[in-house]
Amino acid sequence: MSDLGIWAVPLAILGGAIRVSTPFLFVSLGEVLTERSGRINLGLEGTLVFGAMSGYAIAFLTGSPWAGVLAAAAAGAFFGLIHGLICSLPRVNDIAIGIAMMILGMGLAFYFGKPFVQPVAPDLPAISFGWWSDLPQVRAALQVNVLFLIGGVAAFALWWMFRATRVGLIIRVVGDSTDAARAMGLRPALIRTLATAAGGAFAGVGGAYLSLYYPGSWNEGLSSGQGLMAVALVIFARWNPIACFGAALLFGGAGALGPALQSVGVSEGYYLYYAAPYVLTLGVLIATSSPRQAMTGAPGELSITK
Amino acid sequence: MPMHPFTRRGFLRSGAALAGAAAVSPLSMRPAAAAGDLTVGFIYVGPKDDFGYNQAHAEGAAAIKAIEGITVVEEENVAETTDVQKTMESMINFDGASLLFPTSFGYFDPHILEVAPKYPDVRFEHSGGLWSADKHPSNVGSYFGYIGMGQYLNGVAAGHATKTKKIGFVAAKPIPQVLLNINSFLLGARSVDPSITCQVIFTGEWSMAVREAEATNALADGGADVITCHVDGPKVVMETAASRGAFLCGYHADQSPLAPDMYLTGAEWNWAQVYTDMINKTLAGEPIDNFVRGGLADGFIKMSPLGPAVSDASRAQFEATKAEIMKGGFAVIKGPLKDNAGNVIAAEGQAFAETDVTLESMDYLVEGVIGSTS
Repeated sequence: MSDLGIWAVPLAILGGAIRVSTPFLFVSLGEVLTERSGRINLGLEGTLVFGAMSGYAIAFLTGSPWAGVLAAAAAGAFFGLIHGLICSLPRVNDIAIGIAMMILGMGLAFYFGKPFVQPVAPDLPAISFGWWSDLPQVRAALQVNVLFLIGGVAAFALWWMFRATRVGLIIRVVGDSTDAARAMGLRPALIRTLATAAGGAFAGVGGAYLSLYYPGSWNEGLSSGQGLMAVALVIFARWNPIACFGAALLFGGAGALGPALQSVGVSEGYYLYYAAPYVLTLGVLIATSSPRQAMTGAPGELSITK
Repeated sequence: MPMHPFTRRGFLRSGAALAGAAAVSPLSMRPAAAAGDLTVGFIYVGPKDDFGYNQAHAEGAAAIKAIEGITVVEEENVAETTDVQKTMESMINFDGASLLFPTSFGYFDPHILEVAPKYPDVRFEHSGGLWSADKHPSNVGSYFGYIGMGQYLNGVAAGHATKTKKIGFVAAKPIPQVLLNINSFLLGARSVDPSITCQVIFTGEWSMAVREAEATNALADGGADVITCHVDGPKVVMETAASRGAFLCGYHADQSPLAPDMYLTGAEWNWAQVYTDMINKTLAGEPIDNFVRGGLADGFIKMSPLGPAVSDASRAQFEATKAEIMKGGFAVIKGPLKDNAGNVIAAEGQAFAETDVTLESMDYLVEGVIGSTS
């Protein structure tokens, strides 16, 4: 195997971006959908973990990883639906419900997931885009999972949906002004509930990626807060699905920095490199902040902006 | 970032706080155990079926459940924070445990040292802690196995299997036990071929699946073709390494079912025997030594059966080295030896046998290991 020297670092960041970003991408797309309809679902970390568990369990029991992905999406949609329905009741705070749902989702996942820590479930397939290269490192970095591609397409589809379709317009109206939506004859509670359910399904699929592809097994420490980070990514990406895609890639790549630097011999201070994604978030938020106009692009009905 | 706010024990804990407020001494709430009966508490930092550290201890706990008069209480996923202090106190006060095995390294200082003086009739047995008679309470004991010897044998198998002359190690934190394992793995490989180097990547956490997978990929990208690890659950490292075509050396427990063709061998704990001895001593009313250590010969550790990828030459050297270690007094760290910053660790003729306590405060990586402890 050839030694790439310092070039191994950018390559590892690229590979890491492709491998690690998918859960961030799916959860943040789900959260964009939910928040654009005027509601915050902080419970997606729990949905992610439950999706990971249910996806792994169903994939193991049926032998089909795609059945696992569907099960994770269904479980995620169910969690989203519950969140949406509870928040439709008067005087219920969506942030508090979200935290409760997060803890519930993780607790249920740990409880039902106990018998599935040991078994080995089939993995999702990946496509090799590195066939043109002789370098095994390049070939490994360009092993792209199908879910990553689906996530990328979904980001553009959502962006187009919000911009150019009737459904997108309805979600945006509901998210920006409940009164205006009512005046148009829409039912905001119903639309928000459906958007939250769809958002939950996205987060569930993100979880299935974790357990069925990378790192590819179910255990209780599988998610190290990816679901929570992804919710923060939405603000970072200013509620724009395509920006979510970019932010997810950035986060995935930054996470690969620590191991990659150690592997080329930059081994001092690895704790600092592991903090890179978070430093990056702070840096970008400060750089893009504006003294006059806070929260550009934020939906008007979001409880954090009120 | 595991969060487990709602557990049975957590609920009991808040109940205990209320009871404490009602000015009930915690000691008076301890259930009186029937004579001859013993309740033993096991505390794990992660899930107890993680193919790794916690599973090894849980298998030991399962073995003592069979002993008559023994009740085992267990709690998983207890963080190395004040959480473990609350868990220990609740096991003592509510379950009536009089022998505790808080198994994770970080439980020792300050948590066990904080709780133990409050409960002088409870015995605290810690795995890996550096107990010393002048500093620490006498109801605290420390036990550990010389698993570095197992990693040395892993290294022998790895040294024969590697073609790139580069082997890899995914490590959690730079504590003495981990450093000894890394150094032993490399020195084992160097006993086959002195040109071999070992790349180490620290993840900074005992269990962080995505980062362990990234670290394994980085090792494979760097050309390592035999990979082992010292993290709590080696499953992710083993599966990722096998998917990159690297050979595997296991750790903590037998991981050969995960990739039978790529698995060379592995260094495993054998806690069932250690725990059974300790329980039998306690039941017989004999004291347990405060400082218990043992290696391959004492049955504290064992090796996984050699896999199909192990060559005959490798097998011969493996068995010969193992026989040598079984005699006792084997030294992995022996002169002339430098660390990877060029400082002399052992002069010509100097050797640190496996039983040498100074090895348990190791703070260096030997020459040939690529990595840094900070």
